[in-house]
Amino acid sequence: MRLAIVGAGAVGRSVAELAGDAGHDVIGIADSTGAALADPLDVAAALERKSETGVVGDADHADLLAADYDVLVEATPTTLGDAEPGFSNAVAALKRDRHVVLANKGPVAERYDEIRAAARESAGALRFEATVGGAIPAIRTVEDFGPSRVQRVRGVLNGTANFVLSRMAAEGLSYDHVLAEAQELGVAEADPTFDVDGTDAALKGVIVANVLREARGEDALSLSDAEVDGIEALPVSALSLAGDDGRTVRLIAEASADGVRVGPRLVTQNGTLAVTGTQNIVQIETAHAGRLNLSGHGAGGPETASAVLSDVGRLPPR
Amino acid sequence: MSRQDSVTTHTLRLELTDEPGELRAALEPIAEHGGNLLSVFHERGNLTPGGRIPVEVAIDCPASRFGDVIDGLREEGVTVVAADEEYYGEAFRVLLTGHLVDTDLSATLREIERTSAVSVEELSLSAPDGVEAVSSAYLRLGARSGERGIALDRVREIADEKGLTVVEPLEANT
Repeated sequence: MRLAIVGAGAVGRSVAELAGDAGHDVIGIADSTGAALADPLDVAAALERKSETGVVGDADHADLLAADYDVLVEATPTTLGDAEPGFSNAVAALKRDRHVVLANKGPVAERYDEIRAAARESAGALRFEATVGGAIPAIRTVEDFGPSRVQRVRGVLNGTANFVLSRMAAEGLSYDHVLAEAQELGVAEADPTFDVDGTDAALKGVIVANVLREARGEDALSLSDAEVDGIEALPVSALSLAGDDGRTVRLIAEASADGVRVGPRLVTQNGTLAVTGTQNIVQIETAHAGRLNLSGHGAGGPETASAVLSDVGRLPPR
Repeated sequence: MSRQDSVTTHTLRLELTDEPGELRAALEPIAEHGGNLLSVFHERGNLTPGGRIPVEVAIDCPASRFGDVIDGLREEGVTVVAADEEYYGEAFRVLLTGHLVDTDLSATLREIERTSAVSVEELSLSAPDGVEAVSSAYLRLGARSGERGIALDRVREIADEKGLTVVEPLEANT
Protein backbone atom coordinates (compact mmCIF):
# COMPACT_ATOMS: atom_id res chain seq x y z
CA MET A 1 0.00 0.00 0.00
CA ARG A 2 1.02 3.60 -0.61
CA LEU A 3 0.67 5.66 2.55
CA ALA A 4 0.21 9.39 3.07
CA ILE A 5 0.66 10.36 6.70
CA VAL A 6 -0.86 13.50 8.21
CA GLY A 7 0.73 14.35 11.52
CA ALA A 8 4.41 14.01 12.35
CA GLY A 9 4.23 13.54 16.11
CA ALA A 10 5.35 10.36 17.89
CA VAL A 11 2.74 8.19 16.13
CA GLY A 12 3.04 9.69 12.63
CA ARG A 13 6.83 9.42 12.73
CA SER A 14 6.71 5.82 13.94
CA VAL A 15 4.25 4.86 11.21
CA ALA A 16 6.63 6.38 8.63
CA GLU A 17 9.60 4.53 10.11
CA LEU A 18 7.89 1.14 10.41
CA ALA A 19 5.90 1.22 7.15
CA GLY A 20 8.74 -0.14 5.01
CA ASP A 21 9.16 -3.13 7.31
CA ALA A 22 5.48 -3.91 6.91
CA GLY A 23 5.84 -3.82 3.12
CA HIS A 24 4.35 -0.40 2.47
CA ASP A 25 5.65 2.75 0.76
CA VAL A 26 5.35 6.21 2.25
CA ILE A 27 4.64 8.84 -0.39
CA GLY A 28 4.21 11.81 1.89
CA ILE A 29 4.14 13.08 5.44
CA ALA A 30 2.81 16.37 6.78
CA ASP A 31 3.27 18.24 10.04
CA SER A 32 1.40 21.33 11.20
CA THR A 33 3.33 23.68 8.88
CA GLY A 34 4.15 21.77 5.71
CA ALA A 35 4.53 18.48 3.94
CA ALA A 36 7.21 16.35 2.29
CA LEU A 37 6.19 14.53 -0.89
CA ALA A 38 8.09 12.05 -3.07
CA ASP A 39 7.42 8.72 -4.71
CA PRO A 40 8.63 6.96 -2.66
CA LEU A 41 9.58 9.35 0.12
CA ASP A 42 12.99 9.15 1.78
CA VAL A 43 11.51 8.83 5.27
CA ALA A 44 14.80 9.08 7.13
CA ALA A 45 15.73 12.31 5.34
CA ALA A 46 12.31 13.89 5.91
CA LEU A 47 12.32 13.01 9.62
CA GLU A 48 15.88 14.26 9.99
CA ARG A 49 14.85 17.55 8.48
CA LYS A 50 11.93 17.66 10.89
CA SER A 51 14.28 17.09 13.86
CA GLU A 52 16.77 19.70 12.68
CA THR A 53 14.53 22.47 11.42
CA GLY A 54 11.19 21.65 13.04
CA VAL A 55 9.56 21.45 9.61
CA VAL A 56 9.13 18.22 7.65
CA GLY A 57 8.92 19.80 4.21
CA ASP A 58 7.90 22.79 2.07
CA ALA A 59 4.98 21.28 0.17
CA ASP A 60 1.35 22.23 0.88
CA HIS A 61 -1.06 20.08 2.88
CA ALA A 62 -3.46 20.27 -0.03
CA ASP A 63 -0.85 18.62 -2.26
CA LEU A 64 -0.47 15.76 0.20
CA LEU A 65 -4.24 15.24 0.39
CA ALA A 66 -4.41 15.29 -3.43
CA ALA A 67 -1.46 12.93 -3.91
CA ASP A 68 -1.74 9.42 -5.31
CA TYR A 69 -1.93 7.33 -2.13
CA ASP A 70 -3.98 4.25 -1.22
CA VAL A 71 -4.30 4.99 2.48
CA LEU A 72 -4.42 8.25 4.39
CA VAL A 73 -3.06 7.77 7.91
CA GLU A 74 -4.61 10.50 10.06
CA ALA A 75 -2.33 11.08 13.06
CA THR A 76 -2.85 14.75 13.87
CA PRO A 77 -3.55 15.58 17.53
CA THR A 78 -7.00 14.67 18.82
CA THR A 79 -9.26 17.70 19.06
CA LEU A 80 -12.67 17.93 20.71
CA GLY A 81 -15.90 19.31 19.28
CA ASP A 82 -15.54 19.61 15.50
CA ALA A 83 -12.53 17.22 15.55
CA GLU A 84 -10.66 19.37 13.04
CA PRO A 85 -8.45 19.16 11.09
CA GLY A 86 -8.61 15.36 11.44
CA PHE A 87 -12.23 15.09 10.38
CA SER A 88 -11.84 17.08 7.14
CA ASN A 89 -8.60 15.30 6.24
CA ALA A 90 -10.33 11.93 6.60
CA VAL A 91 -13.41 13.02 4.65
CA ALA A 92 -11.24 14.45 1.86
CA ALA A 93 -9.55 11.06 1.44
CA LEU A 94 -12.83 9.11 1.57
CA LYS A 95 -14.34 11.40 -1.08
CA ARG A 96 -11.48 10.41 -3.35
CA ASP A 97 -12.31 6.75 -2.64
CA ARG A 98 -9.13 6.25 -0.63
CA HIS A 99 -8.83 4.26 2.59
CA VAL A 100 -8.46 6.08 5.90
CA VAL A 101 -6.74 4.75 9.01
CA LEU A 102 -7.17 6.92 12.09
CA ALA A 103 -4.81 7.29 15.03
CA ASN A 104 -6.70 10.49 15.87
CA LYS A 105 -9.63 9.82 18.23
CA GLY A 106 -11.55 13.01 17.44
CA PRO A 107 -13.43 12.01 14.27
CA VAL A 108 -14.76 8.70 15.70
CA ALA A 109 -15.41 10.03 19.22
CA GLU A 110 -17.03 13.35 18.30
CA ARG A 111 -18.48 12.87 14.79
CA TYR A 112 -18.88 9.11 14.40
CA ASP A 113 -22.13 9.09 12.42
CA GLU A 114 -20.81 11.68 9.94
CA ILE A 115 -17.51 9.95 9.32
CA ARG A 116 -19.23 6.55 8.97
CA ALA A 117 -21.66 8.09 6.48
CA ALA A 118 -18.71 9.42 4.46
CA ALA A 119 -17.13 5.95 4.57
CA ARG A 120 -20.35 4.28 3.36
CA GLU A 121 -20.42 6.53 0.30
CA SER A 122 -16.77 5.86 -0.43
CA ALA A 123 -15.08 2.93 -2.13
CA GLY A 124 -12.43 3.40 0.56
CA ALA A 125 -12.66 1.88 4.02
CA LEU A 126 -12.31 3.51 7.44
CA ARG A 127 -10.38 1.82 10.26
CA PHE A 128 -9.46 3.10 13.72
CA GLU A 129 -7.85 0.38 15.81
CA ALA A 130 -5.12 2.71 17.07
CA THR A 131 -7.63 5.05 18.71
CA VAL A 132 -8.41 2.63 21.57
CA GLY A 133 -5.80 0.97 23.76
CA GLY A 134 -2.73 1.60 21.58
CA ALA A 135 -1.18 -1.74 20.68
CA ILE A 136 -4.09 -3.73 22.15
CA PRO A 137 -6.39 -5.08 19.42
CA ALA A 138 -9.56 -3.85 21.13
CA ILE A 139 -11.72 -2.72 18.19
CA ARG A 140 -10.69 -5.65 16.04
CA THR A 141 -11.59 -8.15 18.76
CA VAL A 142 -15.00 -6.51 19.18
CA GLU A 143 -15.45 -6.70 15.39
CA ASP A 144 -14.38 -10.35 15.31
CA PHE A 145 -16.95 -11.34 17.92
CA GLY A 146 -19.53 -9.14 16.23
CA PRO A 147 -20.33 -5.86 18.01
CA SER A 148 -23.95 -6.95 18.50
CA ARG A 149 -22.71 -9.90 20.58
CA VAL A 150 -20.51 -7.73 22.77
CA GLN A 151 -22.39 -6.53 25.83
CA ARG A 152 -19.82 -4.35 27.48
CA VAL A 153 -16.21 -3.28 27.27
CA ARG A 154 -14.39 -1.89 30.25
CA GLY A 155 -10.87 -1.38 31.40
CA VAL A 156 -7.91 0.82 32.05
CA LEU A 157 -7.47 2.96 28.95
CA ASN A 158 -5.05 5.63 30.11
CA GLY A 159 -1.49 4.74 31.03
CA THR A 160 -0.62 8.08 32.61
CA ALA A 161 -3.50 7.94 35.09
CA ASN A 162 -2.72 4.30 35.80
CA PHE A 163 0.93 5.08 36.44
CA VAL A 164 -0.04 7.83 38.88
CA LEU A 165 -2.55 5.65 40.76
CA SER A 166 -0.32 2.60 41.01
CA ARG A 167 2.66 4.68 42.18
CA MET A 168 0.55 6.53 44.75
CA ALA A 169 -0.70 3.22 46.14
CA ALA A 170 2.69 1.48 46.13
CA GLU A 171 4.80 4.31 47.52
CA GLY A 172 2.31 6.30 49.56
CA LEU A 173 3.25 9.43 47.62
CA SER A 174 0.91 12.32 46.91
CA TYR A 175 -0.81 12.92 43.58
CA ASP A 176 1.24 16.06 42.84
CA HIS A 177 4.52 14.34 43.67
CA VAL A 178 3.82 11.32 41.46
CA LEU A 179 2.53 13.44 38.59
CA ALA A 180 5.71 15.56 38.63
CA GLU A 181 7.74 12.36 38.63
CA ALA A 182 5.72 11.02 35.71
CA GLN A 183 6.43 14.20 33.76
CA GLU A 184 10.17 13.85 34.43
CA LEU A 185 10.04 10.26 33.20
CA GLY A 186 8.15 11.30 30.08
CA VAL A 187 5.17 9.14 31.14
CA ALA A 188 2.99 12.23 31.50
CA GLU A 189 2.89 15.10 29.04
CA ALA A 190 3.65 18.69 30.01
CA ASP A 191 -0.10 19.26 30.09
CA PRO A 192 -1.58 15.99 31.39
CA THR A 193 -5.10 17.42 31.90
CA PHE A 194 -6.93 15.06 29.53
CA ASP A 195 -5.15 12.03 30.99
CA VAL A 196 -5.92 12.71 34.64
CA ASP A 197 -9.38 14.28 34.26
CA GLY A 198 -10.67 11.20 32.43
CA THR A 199 -11.22 12.87 29.02
CA ASP A 200 -8.80 10.64 27.13
CA ALA A 201 -10.25 7.43 28.60
CA ALA A 202 -13.75 8.74 27.93
CA LEU A 203 -12.99 9.42 24.25
CA LYS A 204 -11.87 5.79 23.90
CA GLY A 205 -14.96 4.61 25.73
CA VAL A 206 -17.18 6.65 23.42
CA ILE A 207 -15.49 5.16 20.35
CA VAL A 208 -16.17 1.62 21.62
CA ALA A 209 -19.75 2.53 22.57
CA ASN A 210 -20.27 3.93 19.06
CA VAL A 211 -19.19 0.62 17.51
CA LEU A 212 -21.59 -1.26 19.80
CA ARG A 213 -24.42 1.20 19.11
CA GLU A 214 -23.95 1.20 15.34
CA ALA A 215 -24.43 -2.58 15.36
CA ARG A 216 -27.71 -2.07 17.21
CA GLY A 217 -28.97 0.68 14.91
CA GLU A 218 -28.57 3.42 17.50
CA ASP A 219 -27.22 6.94 16.98
CA ALA A 220 -23.63 7.66 17.88
CA LEU A 221 -22.54 9.32 21.12
CA SER A 222 -19.96 12.03 21.64
CA LEU A 223 -17.82 13.02 24.60
CA SER A 224 -20.57 15.20 26.05
CA ASP A 225 -22.74 12.09 26.51
CA ALA A 226 -20.17 10.41 28.75
CA GLU A 227 -20.19 10.62 32.55
CA VAL A 228 -16.60 11.48 33.41
CA ASP A 229 -14.69 11.83 36.68
CA GLY A 230 -10.93 12.15 37.01
CA ILE A 231 -8.35 11.22 39.59
CA GLU A 232 -7.04 14.71 40.47
CA ALA A 233 -8.93 14.96 43.75
CA LEU A 234 -7.81 11.59 45.09
CA PRO A 235 -5.75 11.84 48.30
CA VAL A 236 -3.18 9.16 49.05
CA SER A 237 -5.11 8.34 52.26
CA ALA A 238 -7.93 6.96 50.08
CA LEU A 239 -5.54 4.52 48.43
CA SER A 240 -4.12 3.43 51.79
CA LEU A 241 -7.58 2.69 53.19
CA ALA A 242 -8.48 0.67 50.12
CA GLY A 243 -5.14 -1.16 50.34
CA ASP A 244 -5.85 -2.17 53.95
CA ASP A 245 -8.84 -4.10 52.64
CA GLY A 246 -7.09 -5.74 49.68
CA ARG A 247 -8.40 -3.23 47.19
CA THR A 248 -7.02 -0.39 45.14
CA VAL A 249 -8.29 2.36 42.86
CA ARG A 250 -8.07 2.43 39.08
CA LEU A 251 -9.43 4.89 36.53
CA ILE A 252 -11.91 2.62 34.77
CA ALA A 253 -13.78 3.31 31.54
CA GLU A 254 -16.99 1.37 30.99
CA ALA A 255 -18.68 1.36 27.60
CA SER A 256 -21.86 -0.35 26.48
CA ALA A 257 -24.57 0.43 23.97
CA ASP A 258 -26.29 2.30 26.82
CA GLY A 259 -23.50 4.77 27.42
CA VAL A 260 -20.07 5.52 28.78
CA ARG A 261 -18.84 6.08 32.33
CA VAL A 262 -15.30 6.91 33.38
CA GLY A 263 -14.11 7.39 36.93
CA PRO A 264 -11.95 6.10 39.74
CA ARG A 265 -13.28 2.73 40.93
CA LEU A 266 -12.43 0.32 43.71
CA VAL A 267 -11.01 -2.90 42.30
CA THR A 268 -9.42 -5.95 43.88
CA GLN A 269 -5.72 -5.31 44.44
CA ASN A 270 -4.56 -8.42 42.63
CA GLY A 271 -7.52 -8.56 40.28
CA THR A 272 -7.43 -8.59 36.50
CA LEU A 273 -8.18 -4.90 36.10
CA ALA A 274 -5.54 -3.71 38.57
CA VAL A 275 -2.76 -3.50 36.00
CA THR A 276 0.25 -1.48 37.16
CA GLY A 277 2.38 1.28 35.67
CA THR A 278 1.52 2.48 32.19
CA GLN A 279 -0.13 -0.82 31.21
CA ASN A 280 -3.64 -0.78 29.79
CA ILE A 281 -6.25 -3.52 29.92
CA VAL A 282 -9.40 -4.04 27.90
CA GLN A 283 -12.01 -6.44 29.20
CA ILE A 284 -14.60 -7.52 26.66
CA GLU A 285 -17.83 -9.15 27.80
CA THR A 286 -19.47 -11.23 25.14
CA ALA A 287 -22.87 -12.86 24.93
CA HIS A 288 -21.62 -16.38 24.21
CA ALA A 289 -17.91 -16.44 24.83
CA GLY A 290 -17.66 -15.03 28.33
CA ARG A 291 -15.10 -12.49 29.32
CA LEU A 292 -11.92 -11.73 27.45
CA ASN A 293 -9.01 -9.74 28.88
CA LEU A 294 -6.41 -8.07 26.70
CA SER A 295 -3.58 -6.14 28.28
CA GLY A 296 -0.60 -4.33 26.84
CA HIS A 297 0.88 -0.97 26.00
CA GLY A 298 -1.84 1.58 25.55
CA ALA A 299 0.32 4.37 24.19
CA GLY A 300 3.68 5.17 22.68
CA GLY A 301 4.80 5.87 19.11
CA PRO A 302 5.86 2.40 17.90
CA GLU A 303 3.06 0.65 19.84
CA THR A 304 0.33 2.83 18.37
CA ALA A 305 2.00 2.72 14.94
CA SER A 306 1.77 -1.10 15.08
CA ALA A 307 -1.98 -0.80 15.49
CA VAL A 308 -2.12 1.62 12.52
CA LEU A 309 -0.10 -0.75 10.35
CA SER A 310 -2.18 -3.77 11.29
CA ASP A 311 -5.23 -1.77 10.19
CA VAL A 312 -3.44 -1.04 6.90
CA GLY A 313 -2.77 -4.77 6.57
CA ARG A 314 -6.48 -5.51 6.86
CA LEU A 315 -7.56 -3.11 4.13
CA PRO A 316 -8.78 -4.55 0.84
CA PRO A 317 -6.42 -3.87 -2.10
CA ARG A 318 -7.40 -0.86 -4.14
CA MET B 1 -42.54 -19.64 49.27
CA SER B 2 -41.41 -21.47 52.36
CA ARG B 3 -43.93 -22.13 55.08
CA GLN B 4 -43.54 -19.93 58.09
CA ASP B 5 -42.75 -22.80 60.46
CA SER B 6 -40.52 -24.88 58.20
CA VAL B 7 -36.93 -25.35 59.33
CA THR B 8 -34.45 -23.88 56.90
CA THR B 9 -30.70 -23.46 56.76
CA HIS B 10 -29.23 -19.99 57.07
CA THR B 11 -25.77 -18.54 56.98
CA LEU B 12 -24.69 -15.65 59.13
CA ARG B 13 -21.55 -13.62 58.75
CA LEU B 14 -20.44 -12.14 62.05
CA GLU B 15 -17.52 -10.04 63.15
CA LEU B 16 -16.08 -10.56 66.61
CA THR B 17 -13.55 -8.69 68.67
CA ASP B 18 -10.43 -10.68 69.44
CA GLU B 19 -11.19 -11.50 73.09
CA PRO B 20 -11.47 -14.80 74.95
CA GLY B 21 -15.03 -16.11 75.21
CA GLU B 22 -16.27 -13.80 72.46
CA LEU B 23 -17.20 -16.61 70.10
CA ARG B 24 -19.10 -18.53 72.76
CA ALA B 25 -21.00 -15.42 73.80
CA ALA B 26 -21.91 -14.81 70.21
CA LEU B 27 -23.32 -18.27 69.69
CA GLU B 28 -25.60 -18.32 72.74
CA PRO B 29 -28.38 -16.17 71.25
CA ILE B 30 -28.67 -18.67 68.41
CA ALA B 31 -29.68 -21.54 70.70
CA GLU B 32 -31.82 -19.24 72.82
CA HIS B 33 -33.96 -18.38 69.84
CA GLY B 34 -34.45 -21.92 68.63
CA GLY B 35 -31.54 -22.13 66.21
CA ASN B 36 -29.49 -25.29 65.77
CA LEU B 37 -25.82 -24.67 65.09
CA LEU B 38 -24.53 -26.60 62.08
CA SER B 39 -21.04 -25.23 61.52
CA VAL B 40 -18.72 -22.42 62.51
CA PHE B 41 -16.03 -21.18 60.20
CA HIS B 42 -13.67 -19.08 62.22
CA GLU B 43 -11.13 -17.18 60.11
CA ARG B 44 -8.80 -16.40 62.95
CA GLY B 45 -5.81 -15.27 60.93
CA ASN B 46 -7.91 -13.02 58.77
CA LEU B 47 -8.82 -9.62 60.20
CA THR B 48 -11.22 -6.98 58.90
CA PRO B 49 -9.89 -3.42 58.35
CA GLY B 50 -11.35 -2.65 61.77
CA GLY B 51 -9.20 -5.37 63.34
CA ARG B 52 -12.06 -7.79 63.99
CA ILE B 53 -12.35 -11.48 63.22
CA PRO B 54 -14.82 -12.61 60.57
CA VAL B 55 -16.81 -15.71 61.49
CA GLU B 56 -19.27 -17.57 59.32
CA VAL B 57 -22.00 -19.58 60.98
CA ALA B 58 -24.50 -21.96 59.44
CA ILE B 59 -27.67 -22.70 61.42
CA ASP B 60 -30.97 -24.51 61.08
CA CYS B 61 -33.95 -22.69 62.48
CA PRO B 62 -37.65 -22.20 61.84
CA ALA B 63 -38.02 -19.55 59.17
CA SER B 64 -40.24 -17.53 61.47
CA ARG B 65 -37.53 -17.36 64.17
CA PHE B 66 -34.61 -16.29 62.01
CA GLY B 67 -35.29 -12.60 62.55
CA ASP B 68 -35.26 -13.17 66.33
CA VAL B 69 -31.87 -14.88 66.07
CA ILE B 70 -30.40 -11.86 64.31
CA ASP B 71 -31.99 -9.45 66.76
CA GLY B 72 -30.71 -11.58 69.66
CA LEU B 73 -27.19 -11.45 68.30
CA ARG B 74 -27.34 -7.71 67.83
CA GLU B 75 -28.66 -7.27 71.38
CA GLU B 76 -25.57 -9.11 72.58
CA GLY B 77 -23.47 -6.57 70.72
CA VAL B 78 -22.47 -8.96 67.97
CA THR B 79 -21.95 -7.38 64.55
CA VAL B 80 -24.06 -9.21 61.97
CA VAL B 81 -22.55 -8.36 58.63
CA ALA B 82 -24.67 -10.62 56.50
CA ALA B 83 -27.62 -12.82 57.24
CA ASP B 84 -28.48 -14.92 54.21
CA GLU B 85 -28.31 -13.48 50.74
CA GLU B 86 -31.89 -12.26 51.07
CA TYR B 87 -31.15 -10.05 54.02
CA TYR B 88 -27.95 -8.08 53.76
CA GLY B 89 -26.56 -9.95 50.77
CA GLU B 90 -25.17 -6.91 49.04
CA ALA B 91 -22.28 -5.78 51.17
CA PHE B 92 -20.12 -3.39 49.18
CA ARG B 93 -17.33 -0.92 49.69
CA VAL B 94 -17.21 2.77 48.88
CA LEU B 95 -14.50 5.37 49.32
CA LEU B 96 -15.45 8.93 50.18
CA THR B 97 -12.90 11.72 49.96
CA GLY B 98 -13.03 15.44 50.53
CA HIS B 99 -13.69 17.66 53.51
CA LEU B 100 -15.38 14.84 55.38
CA VAL B 101 -14.98 16.20 58.87
CA ASP B 102 -15.86 19.80 58.01
CA THR B 103 -19.01 18.61 56.30
CA ASP B 104 -20.01 16.60 59.40
CA LEU B 105 -19.18 12.99 58.72
CA SER B 106 -21.66 11.59 61.23
CA ALA B 107 -24.47 13.56 59.61
CA THR B 108 -23.34 12.20 56.25
CA LEU B 109 -23.51 8.63 57.57
CA ARG B 110 -26.93 9.24 59.10
CA GLU B 111 -28.19 10.53 55.78
CA ILE B 112 -26.83 7.49 54.00
CA GLU B 113 -28.57 5.22 56.50
CA ARG B 114 -31.83 7.13 56.29
CA THR B 115 -32.43 5.31 53.03
CA SER B 116 -33.90 2.02 54.14
CA ALA B 117 -31.81 0.37 51.45
CA VAL B 118 -28.46 1.04 53.12
CA SER B 119 -26.73 0.32 56.39
CA VAL B 120 -23.21 1.40 57.29
CA GLU B 121 -21.50 -1.77 58.53
CA GLU B 122 -18.01 -0.46 59.02
CA LEU B 123 -16.07 2.74 58.63
CA SER B 124 -12.36 3.54 58.53
CA LEU B 125 -11.33 7.18 58.46
CA SER B 126 -7.95 8.54 57.50
CA ALA B 127 -7.15 12.21 58.02
CA PRO B 128 -3.35 12.35 57.94
CA ASP B 129 -3.28 16.11 57.35
CA GLY B 130 -5.69 17.00 60.11
CA VAL B 131 -9.45 17.25 60.24
CA GLU B 132 -9.61 20.50 58.30
CA ALA B 133 -7.78 19.05 55.30
CA VAL B 134 -8.96 16.57 52.72
CA SER B 135 -9.55 13.19 54.32
CA SER B 136 -10.79 9.78 53.23
CA ALA B 137 -13.32 7.34 54.58
CA TYR B 138 -13.65 3.70 53.58
CA LEU B 139 -17.16 2.43 54.17
CA ARG B 140 -18.52 -1.03 54.09
CA LEU B 141 -22.20 -0.75 53.35
CA GLY B 142 -24.94 -3.31 53.38
CA ALA B 143 -27.91 -3.19 51.10
CA ARG B 144 -30.84 -5.51 50.62
CA SER B 145 -30.50 -7.96 47.83
CA GLY B 146 -30.94 -6.30 44.45
CA GLU B 147 -30.87 -2.81 45.96
CA ARG B 148 -27.20 -2.07 45.69
CA GLY B 149 -27.79 0.20 42.70
CA ILE B 150 -30.34 2.24 44.64
CA ALA B 151 -28.03 2.38 47.65
CA LEU B 152 -25.14 3.57 45.51
CA ASP B 153 -27.29 6.24 43.84
CA ARG B 154 -28.19 7.54 47.29
CA VAL B 155 -24.54 7.68 48.36
CA ARG B 156 -23.70 9.57 45.15
CA GLU B 157 -26.50 12.09 45.74
CA ILE B 158 -25.42 12.80 49.31
CA ALA B 159 -21.77 13.10 48.30
CA ASP B 160 -22.77 15.48 45.52
CA GLU B 161 -24.67 17.72 47.91
CA LYS B 162 -21.65 17.89 50.20
CA GLY B 163 -19.02 18.26 47.51
CA LEU B 164 -17.43 14.91 48.33
CA THR B 165 -15.87 12.52 45.83
CA VAL B 166 -17.17 8.94 45.68
CA VAL B 167 -15.01 6.09 44.50
CA GLU B 168 -17.48 3.33 43.71
CA PRO B 169 -16.80 -0.37 43.65
CA LEU B 170 -16.51 -1.59 40.09
CA GLU B 171 -18.54 -4.71 40.84
CA ALA B 172 -21.56 -2.48 41.36
CA ASN B 173 -22.31 -2.57 37.68
CA THR B 174 -21.88 -6.24 37.00
